[in-house]
Amino acid sequence: MLAHIIQNLPQVLIDGLTLGVVYAVVAIGYTMVYGILELINFAHGDVFMTGAFIGAIVLFLLMGMGFLAALPAILVFIIVIVIAAIATGLLGVGIERVAYRPLRKKNAPKLIALITSIGISFVLEDLVRFIAELKTGNYIVTAPPMFNHKFTLNLHSALPFFNNATFQSSFLLVLIVTIIMLIALDLFVNKTKWGMAMRAVAQDRDTASLMTINVNRVISVTFFIGSALGGATGVLFMIQYGTIDPYIGFILGIKAFTAAVLGGIGNIRGAMFGGVMLGLLEMFAASNLSIITHGAMGAEYKDVFAFIILILVLIFKPEGLFGKAVVEKV
Amino acid sequence: MNILEVKHLTKEFGGLTATSDINMTIKKNSITAVIGPNGAGKTTFFNMITAVYHPTSGDILLNGKSLVGLKPHQVSQFGITRTFQNIRLFENMTVLENVLVGMHQNLKSHWIGTLLQLPHIRKIEENARTTAYDILNYVGLENYVNENAGNLAYGAQRRLEIGRAIAAKPKVLLLDEPAAGMNPKETERLTNLIHDMRTKLDVTIILIEHDMNLVMKISDSIYVLDHGELIASGKPNEIRNNKKVIEAYLGKGAVSNG
Repeated sequence: MLAHIIQNLPQVLIDGLTLGVVYAVVAIGYTMVYGILELINFAHGDVFMTGAFIGAIVLFLLMGMGFLAALPAILVFIIVIVIAAIATGLLGVGIERVAYRPLRKKNAPKLIALITSIGISFVLEDLVRFIAELKTGNYIVTAPPMFNHKFTLNLHSALPFFNNATFQSSFLLVLIVTIIMLIALDLFVNKTKWGMAMRAVAQDRDTASLMTINVNRVISVTFFIGSALGGATGVLFMIQYGTIDPYIGFILGIKAFTAAVLGGIGNIRGAMFGGVMLGLLEMFAASNLSIITHGAMGAEYKDVFAFIILILVLIFKPEGLFGKAVVEKV
Repeated sequence: MNILEVKHLTKEFGGLTATSDINMTIKKNSITAVIGPNGAGKTTFFNMITAVYHPTSGDILLNGKSLVGLKPHQVSQFGITRTFQNIRLFENMTVLENVLVGMHQNLKSHWIGTLLQLPHIRKIEENARTTAYDILNYVGLENYVNENAGNLAYGAQRRLEIGRAIAAKPKVLLLDEPAAGMNPKETERLTNLIHDMRTKLDVTIILIEHDMNLVMKISDSIYVLDHGELIASGKPNEIRNNKKVIEAYLGKGAVSNG
């Protein structure tokens, strides 16, 4: 049994990492907004999905104009991801303006904002589905293949206890782009004026506003960045997995949220770590569950496995792996 | 020259009048104390000046311009910053970062420039850091630059709050009980700092304080509030011997018996 598990390990690592970095970037969107507004923005998963669709639209447009064949693939990719990121960033800012800010002004309970975010989530799903069906007749969209060159990692000859692992060139793209995004975000939050303002607002909104910080603008910047990262990740998802539909944001959003909780909600580095860990656990389960349970449970139980780990972590460390325990002051 | 004028300022919470018809004129570059028993409306008064509360009626003028109706960040951008009665630092940020947050509006670096590490942005950020170090030096926290603000000792936290408030280059600095909980030595250090800020930073200081030694020593003028009303104002000597003030603090019998 153990030999089997070890044999599959390289492939599990590759697949798990791909999925994990996607979770990580989407998780950041949840954790940033939570850090500032204490709002779980359930619409964020659908902003990710909208990013994938906007990416697909731009890609099809470029294809229609003949650019896809004429330009190098990497350039097309950069155009697509930048447009999708900016568009979803603006979408996030718009959602905040229209749906959350009016509630905040009226001092509505946080639960109301949470329900609103679920509402926005449905609106986005159905809006995208409507447009996709109107234009293509089908809400499931298959993107033109890109970066699908296959590589085989020849591990078996050098390390006989491993099987060979395969990956597409899109795997490298996903990995590189997400790592760039994660590093840039980390620098932004820790080194820049607006990142610092963001952390100040997250800690004490009222005091920050008395220190010349325009809180509403900080909130807009937060939504822009979180949503742009989510949308860009949607594009990566489309390129990696090829097929998208308006409902990919739901389950992926829930899992990214889980990753954020796992790392300690409100903690950006925690969300990165939680995302990668959840991706690895899920792929490990998908590949090995049937071996471990002697066929009683198949790969389809991977989510159960991942969520059991989450429950265990939260039982023993309710504040998440990197969260700080809140000391109740008496 | 008057930098701050308060006219007929009234704040009601429901049926409760927290402050009623307060008038003040604050001279530029002066040190003014607002004193009064607990619950007299002193902090409410500060909260109205910094736009945390909107007054029910009356006006607040900074250099002749009304501040009523503005948001807190706008008032602080116009040049009024403050410290708090119960310390409100950004505890999970470093001492240096707390000061940098105070400098927010003066930092002209764009985030894209920061990420790309453009040379002129780097220069701006370096200058900002130097300024922040100078401020920390000035308030005596140069040895705690990278410490988390929440880990500082009490007196040091109070000084960091002042450092953060002056980082915004205010015209008027409001200090809400700056000496509360300080030992005599820390209080003396604070007294010197307040004196020094007035001359070196060209700032007008208004403070709420219960430590009468400190108040009498540094104030140019004193305003006394009781039950939301202004009961006396004048120079320290005048206030010291004012019957109404003694009554407010010690009760009605105190004057005749004493």
